[in-house]
Amino acid sequence: MEFHMIILVGILVTVAVYLLLSRNMIRIILGTAVLSHAVHLLLITMGGAGEGGVPLLRESDGPYADALPQALILTAIVISFATTAFLLVLAYRTYEESGSDNMNTIRRIDRE
Amino acid sequence: MYAVFVIFLPFIMAALLPPVHRLIGDRLIGWYVMAVPLILFAALVRLIPRIADGEIVSASYAWIPDAGIDLAVRIDGLGMIFALLITGVGTLVALYSIYYLSPRESLGHFYVYLLLFMGAMLGVVFSDNLMLLYTFWELTSISSFLLIAFWYHRKGSRYGAQKAMLITVMGGVSMLAGFLMLYFMTGTFSISEIIGMRESLSGAPLLIPAMVLILLGAFTKSVQFPFHIWLPDAMEAPTPVSAYLHSATMVKAGIYLVALFTPLFGGLESWFWSLSIAGIVTLLWGAFNAMKQNDLKALLAYSTISQLGLIMSLLGFGSVALSESAAGDPTAYAAAGFAAFFYLLNHSTFKGLLFMVVGIVDHEIGTRDIRRLGGLMSFMPVTFTFAVIGSFSMAGLPPFNGFLSKEMFFGAAVDVASGQPFAGGAEVLFPVVGWLASVFTFVYCTIIVYRTFLGPSQPEKIDRVPHEAPKGMLVAPGILAALVIVIFFFPNVVGKYVIGPAMSVMFPELSRQADLVPKIEAWHGFNLPLLMTFGVIALGLLLFITFRHWKKVYRVAPFRWTMDSIYRSMLGAGEAGSTILTDLYMTGRSRDYFAFIYLFFLVTVGGMLFLTGAFDPDFTRGPVGIFEISFVIIMAFAAIAMLFVRSRITATLLNGVLGYSVAIFFVFFRAPDLALTQTVIETVTTVLFLLCFHFLPEWKPEDSPLRTKVVNGIIAVGAGTLVTAFGLTVQGYDVYESISGYFEDSYKLAGGSNIVNAILGDFRAFDTMLEVVVLFIAGIGVYTLIALKPKKGGDDVEGK
Amino acid sequence: MKENDVILRTVTRAVVFIILTFGVELFLSGHHNPGGGFVGGLVLSSALVLLYVVFDIETVHQGVPFDFRKIAAFGAVISLLSGTGAAVLGKPFLTQGFGYFDLPIFGLTELATVTIFEAGVALTVIGTVVTIILSISKDV
Repeated sequence: MEFHMIILVGILVTVAVYLLLSRNMIRIILGTAVLSHAVHLLLITMGGAGEGGVPLLRESDGPYADALPQALILTAIVISFATTAFLLVLAYRTYEESGSDNMNTIRRIDRE
Repeated sequence: MYAVFVIFLPFIMAALLPPVHRLIGDRLIGWYVMAVPLILFAALVRLIPRIADGEIVSASYAWIPDAGIDLAVRIDGLGMIFALLITGVGTLVALYSIYYLSPRESLGHFYVYLLLFMGAMLGVVFSDNLMLLYTFWELTSISSFLLIAFWYHRKGSRYGAQKAMLITVMGGVSMLAGFLMLYFMTGTFSISEIIGMRESLSGAPLLIPAMVLILLGAFTKSVQFPFHIWLPDAMEAPTPVSAYLHSATMVKAGIYLVALFTPLFGGLESWFWSLSIAGIVTLLWGAFNAMKQNDLKALLAYSTISQLGLIMSLLGFGSVALSESAAGDPTAYAAAGFAAFFYLLNHSTFKGLLFMVVGIVDHEIGTRDIRRLGGLMSFMPVTFTFAVIGSFSMAGLPPFNGFLSKEMFFGAAVDVASGQPFAGGAEVLFPVVGWLASVFTFVYCTIIVYRTFLGPSQPEKIDRVPHEAPKGMLVAPGILAALVIVIFFFPNVVGKYVIGPAMSVMFPELSRQADLVPKIEAWHGFNLPLLMTFGVIALGLLLFITFRHWKKVYRVAPFRWTMDSIYRSMLGAGEAGSTILTDLYMTGRSRDYFAFIYLFFLVTVGGMLFLTGAFDPDFTRGPVGIFEISFVIIMAFAAIAMLFVRSRITATLLNGVLGYSVAIFFVFFRAPDLALTQTVIETVTTVLFLLCFHFLPEWKPEDSPLRTKVVNGIIAVGAGTLVTAFGLTVQGYDVYESISGYFEDSYKLAGGSNIVNAILGDFRAFDTMLEVVVLFIAGIGVYTLIALKPKKGGDDVEGK
Repeated sequence: MKENDVILRTVTRAVVFIILTFGVELFLSGHHNPGGGFVGGLVLSSALVLLYVVFDIETVHQGVPFDFRKIAAFGAVISLLSGTGAAVLGKPFLTQGFGYFDLPIFGLTELATVTIFEAGVALTVIGTVVTIILSISKDV
């Protein structure tokens, strides 16, 4: 299972980086969203995908799935939501001010 | 405790100042500020008898114990001299500023900066830890910056503040490097411990580099040639600040540093030559330049430079006493150190007095340009008297304290010239150059008195009717003027109680063997120093009378190549250079920045994996369920499809597919909390995307040239491959034992049977708390971006 | 958005309470079962967002007259303060305590300071999410 997951993470990272390198603001924001999906999957895979029981002491007697990466990811999910929200608003305010969603056009306006 | 209180009282009072200011208003705030140095001065004066007995008041609290940095405070005789100046002159300056500054100025700022400086300066002279000393040292530079730029609407003020800051901070950083070298050699930051290691440090290879770096700090702060150039520009500060920081206290921090390290470096040949030569050159150059100034404050600035050079050279002469090869009685050389402290005290009285006099002239007449002044004696008799007292003392005439210290300087210079133990030959020039500089000093002292108060009156060149200053403004200079005379008649009280303890700190060994406090006498027979004083008066008067005829000498080439122009061209070159460098990589295109990040990632992580041979992918494939593999395929297709879809809605929905699939993987991987959170978050995120699409245009196909697209593709594939390789490699390793077992005790340790939740709320609650704060900041960010946007056609935020 | 139909409004009225209950349940059960401050807060805020989508902002504001920015700040402060108690008692900052008490109606119940902390987390999440959504939609 881990092997397949890591290949999938590689594909997601490739797509995310390609989106990040583009000029369109929405593509860049989508790139960050895909990248965080990739990282979350990578983390949970590194913790041993699918081994052990649910980390609830009352549900089973162990061994449990590694709870530490889960806690990390839970934090990361919320943070990436916050940054995505901020980026989205930044993008639309930038568009409102500059009339463009193309990073190159915005750069020209910024330099003037 | 007492010692720490002394340092922190100004800071506490500065923090309380804004509410107090609101409460008692502009008229009384100056008195509130004046109380701080006054209380501290009284407290320190009470300590004098104990310090004079050789007692040391100290306290130490752990601050950053892991790095050996303590809040170690130590009040000894050396720090005491400086602290008395800081609090004593501080009281008078605060009193003077009450009348000098108009209530229309932002008094709150001024007094907060002033108190900040006071605390920082006390911290410098009372620290017993190198890092603490450094911290306060830089704090004095910062508060000086703020005070010079107090009238920040003037270009000159901003320029002067920046220049002072750049030069002193540069010196401060090199001093820090010197301190770190001392730390490497000794393993401690404690100053008293380091000084105690003099024997074991002699001959250490890093000793001389450390000395040079520390001296750089001292020389930049104490305006030694060629770092003196910031002081004249710092005169843009309000006059009370010039009197306080730029003549009585801050510029003497370098003197303090040199005196503090004399027990460690004193006796070294290089220490003697660096101090003596830097001091003597500064003395001459400052005095020579002072004569040509038309602005009274600039004149005083150059005279301060010159006299700081004099003190520095005296410390150099005195350090010979610590040399083992010195011929004759070492206490005779130590007398130069005594003269340095005596001159230091006297300088603060007469220079403070003169700055206040110039401030009064500026305040009442509206100019301090000597070409427009003259004949003010009859209008301002009291100020005139003060000016005479200050100037004659500075010129070295009796019956003022400057006479005593000037004679001691001549004596010390002659002594060193006749018998210093090091190879050289330059020492014979010291008394000659010192004497010549004293002649120049006499000339500019005469200029101050004559061109301002005597000579022809020029009412047509000034805008106001000249009149005497208000009584309150005359109190502070009056006290200083009285001190100038009192010290002349009772110098030995000062010598015994104030300078003696400092001498025993600077020469710990010698002071145990012999009494280092010479008896100061105004009349000591017809000896060489007295003859030199007569020569100064004679040649000085001659030069003053013929000044018009030899003034052309300033136009001769070498004197025009000022250090200032070097500073300006270096600053310009630095700015231009960094612009070129920055423009190389700060292209303003986000695409380039991302490319840099991922290329760096590829080179460092990939290169490291490759070079260390760590790359060892584990291709074993465990059993895979049909559900799992189908979701892997779905996600891979959704992701790749995102690159090709034509509408942003589709792309967002595909992102949703990815997100919900991740949630399903969380279910597969036994992470119910994650699955729940991911599902809700994905929903809210999709709503957010759709909301924002209301404002954003439909995306167009990427219009980048093909070449860029190919490069982007290569970087992207590279990053993806590297992450895969990295993941597969890590998968195969099992180097460290997992720490997760600890958390499985969560019911016993945290009372919760949901391990993930126990980690978030208990074991790692600090992370969670910070995360909450990040979330909150993002929310605030969104709100401010939208709610606080500038209205169309209204005032731009940046006020363009 | 006047054209929202009656069915949606009627269903929402019922559903919102189910979601709210679910959110509170998630928040409270987090100590032993899946849930906790984050998820609880998110579900509660999604119920509020649903309300805002179906009815207009003014109507909802009459029913739920809170300033959500203040709620977010309040939550962040609570989670911060919940840790200072431990610091005062000489334990590391944010050490949580728990104990078992025999309460009249509930029987033997576990009470833990972590609940206060989690409440702070949940309030911050609610405040922030609603603030973000409202800021954007008000700007139309």
